[in-house]
This record gives sequence, C-alpha cells and structure tokens, in this order.
Amino acid sequence: MNESELKTIVVEELSRVAPGSDPGALDGNDDLREGLDIDSFDALNFFIAISERLHMDIPEKDMGKLNTTNQIIQYLLACKV
Amino acid sequence: MKEFRMPSLGADMDAGTLVEWKVKPGDPVKRGDIAAVVETAKGVVEIEVFETGLINQIFFEQGQEIPVGQVLATIATEEEWRQQAKAPAAPAPEKLEKIPEMVHPAAVVAEAMKSVTPAAPVPHERIRVSPLARRIADDLGIDLATVQGTGPGGAIQRADIERAAAEHKPVVQEAPRALPVAATKPVEPVRPSEAGPVAPAPVERPAEAVPEQKKAADFQTAMRKAIAAAMARSNREIPHYYLETSIDMTNALHWLEEENIKRPIRERLLPVVVLLKAVAKSLTEVPELNGYWVEGEHLVSEAIHIGFAIALRQGGLLTPAIHDADMKTFDELRDAMNDLIIRTRGNRLRSSELTDATITVTSLGDRGVEKVFGVIYPPQVALVGLGKITQQPWAVNGALCVRPVMVATLAGDHRATDGHKGGLFLEALNRNLQEVEKL
Repeated sequence: MNESELKTIVVEELSRVAPGSDPGALDGNDDLREGLDIDSFDALNFFIAISERLHMDIPEKDMGKLNTTNQIIQYLLACKV
Repeated sequence: MKEFRMPSLGADMDAGTLVEWKVKPGDPVKRGDIAAVVETAKGVVEIEVFETGLINQIFFEQGQEIPVGQVLATIATEEEWRQQAKAPAAPAPEKLEKIPEMVHPAAVVAEAMKSVTPAAPVPHERIRVSPLARRIADDLGIDLATVQGTGPGGAIQRADIERAAAEHKPVVQEAPRALPVAATKPVEPVRPSEAGPVAPAPVERPAEAVPEQKKAADFQTAMRKAIAAAMARSNREIPHYYLETSIDMTNALHWLEEENIKRPIRERLLPVVVLLKAVAKSLTEVPELNGYWVEGEHLVSEAIHIGFAIALRQGGLLTPAIHDADMKTFDELRDAMNDLIIRTRGNRLRSSELTDATITVTSLGDRGVEKVFGVIYPPQVALVGLGKITQQPWAVNGALCVRPVMVATLAGDHRATDGHKGGLFLEALNRNLQEVEKL
C-alpha cells in the first residue's frame, strides 16, 4: 500500500475511536491523544482495528512510539515491506 | 404479586422518562432481565427486574415521566396469572401509595391541591416548622414564609412543604412527587443507600430533590445539573479526609510488558486493568472502605462492585459498576471494562450498573495529571484516585535512581473510617502492585 492509502485507513479508524473529531485536519506531527482527546482505551482499539484491517500484529513495545499520524504511517510503510 | 418499582439510579436522580417497554403483560421475566428503557439526565438506562415471574400489569406509557419509587409494573406468579385471566384486571395502584413512614394518601393530597388557595405569607415572627420539614424546604428551595402550615397551631409539617412544592412545579403529574423509598424487601437493591446484600433491615431515607425543573432539553445541561447536585451534596454532607501515597510501578509495568508480549493485540491488558484488580484485592484486605453510609450507619458490603469513572466525549461523567471485581480474572476484568466503556459512551447502561457501586475509582492518569483528589459519590464512603505514571527520582538502598511512579489517593468519609484505616488500604494497594503476579 502506498502512503496515501495508508493515511486514508488511519484517518478512518481514528474517526471511529474519536467520533465527532476531524483526524484528517490534524498536522502529521500532532500528538494524537491530545489532538483528538482520546485515552489509552481508544488508542488500543485503534491499533486493534489497524492490525486487523492490515492483517498484521503490532507488538506492544512499538505502540508506545506511535503517537502522531506521521509516525504511524511511516511505521506501517516499513512493516509492509 | 410483586411490584417492580422505578429504581433510583444515583444520588442525583429522582425521575426518568419511559422510552419503551421491553416486555408486555404475560411475558415471563427473571432477575436481571431488561424490562424497560428509561431516559434520565445522565442518559438512557436499561431497567432490570429483580423478580422472577410473569409481567402482570404495566402502569406507565411511552413518554411519561416516572418518579423514583413509583410502581412501573406488577409481576405475578404462574398461579396468580391464571387467576387473573379469569377475573377482571385490577385497577392501577394510586399514583401515591401508602409509603412506610411517609404517609400521605394520594386522595387527601390531591384534594388539598385542588382547594388550596395561594398561601398567605406567614408573619415573619417565629414560624413553627418541624426539623424534617425545614430540611425538605431547604432542599426544594421553598421559602417557608410562603407555606401554609396545617399542623398543630399552624405549624408547618412535611406534607405542607411537599404540597407547596407540587404547586410551584409545572409538571404533568397530577399529584405531588413521591419521595423515593427503599424497597421493603432487603433482596431488592432499589437504591444505592440500601446496600442490598448487607443490610438486614430496610433502610429508608428521603432523597434530595433538585430544585430546578428537570426537563432540560439540553442533555449537557441536565448532565451537569445531575453531577452538580450529587457533588454539592457530597461536599455538604460528607466530611472528607484525603490521603496520598507514591507507588513504584516498576514491577507492575514489567509484569504487564511480559504478559502482553504473550498476548495477541486483542487480548492485551491496559495498566488500568491491573490497577483495578489491585484495588479490588486491597478492598478484601481493608473492607471498611467498601460500602455505604446510610442513616448514621456504616454498612460494609461483602460484594465488591467497583464504580469506574468514565468520561463522555461530549462532556459529563458516569461511574458504572464493574460487578464482583475481586472475583474476575484479568481477562474477565478487561472484557467487563471494555464492554462498560462502549455501552457508557453509547448511552446504553443497565440500571444495576448505575446503582450497585460500592466504591468508585477514578483514573485520570491516562492523559496528564499526577494526582487526583476526588469527591465521594454518596452513599459510598470512599473514592480511589489514580494518577499518571511518571518517571521520578526514587531512593533505593540509599542511592538515587529513576522509577516509574504513580500517586494513588484516597478520599475517605470520616464518619465511616479514620485516616489509619485509609492508610492501611493505600499500603495494601502499594503492596499488591509490587506483586501483580499474585493478584
């Protein structure tokens, strides 16, 4: 998948855990939890959704480094290699 | 014939609006089945029945407001249902039945309402008012000078206050509101104040009435009012003491990391699951913090139902109960929490979840604060606050290092427990978090 497709998926899943927010409007380097007002419960559900949608596992130690849309997209790009 | 009454769903709720019935006359029900869906200031709640039998008669229709304590329906046994089929249906119970210790027969009050003229202001010198009437007048925001007393020598009694309140209230009901009443059977946990599993005798306490009109169109406004009422009452009535302790979370986080490596992403445990299990275990060791303060009595609950504070995205707060938290495994606890969070935010909680909490835990630490000192939710006697885990300097064997530290706080009702007891609980929590594998 290319960057743009991944971004679409990421924004879709973020919208699901943060209804009423606008993840697409976030700057790529904004902290997601602050920007979307989500907690660890929401974040975990987001990663679960991503992992199921892209058929991949996301080790917990990696989750701590994924705090902005840029980080997530870069990570996913690297994994899909 | 058993009565299915509208439960009080929190210290701050006194009425709900019927959204829909889930059952109809003749349907079999058992304890825990959802009979009706009711809208309250804090959202939509699924009301559960506590009896087993057949729904006999239902007394409210969609859209009607139901004060707490009113009979929603009657539940018959098989035998009674068969008898019923032969005889004509019984008339609906009077909207205000004889309630223990609160005798105001509906007929008398309704009559009084029709004939009452605007009360002449009583001269300001010494109005004789019974202490109970004075307190209720306070709660309802009624100026005693405008109340006509019908007691001996013109003294103002409770019934007078309630009548005055009913006159001023522009609601649809034809009779003054019934104040909530505890079920006469200890088995039926109608109100949090009753502490069903523990109280040997029925406990009765009139609920605080909210002076404002509850039909706020705006959900937010209603939610805030409900929270304001409960929290104001808590601060007014409960003498709080506060304790805090710093907990080294190294062991707990290490255990969590190891555990989660073994688990697929769907089964991973968030730190808060571990924290709740530790709180539950600590309560088995210091049970005095788990229960209620009712009518001057401390009622310790054997069952541990942890009320978990969940913030709503649109603002507002709910604290639904996770039942028997001490008896759940980590997985069961995680599933229960997930389910609760989803249904809370989706506005679909069950009445038992709103009434059964024996203690509340608030974990604000996720997003930034190190300590949270909360307000106890009456009639509970304690509130546990869990802050954010941050890297802090820590002394070990005389040397300085850095550890992940969480500050746990306890707000305690000083009528029920003293600082010593509260301290024991926090020590237990600390100890349990050092040995998570034993939880």
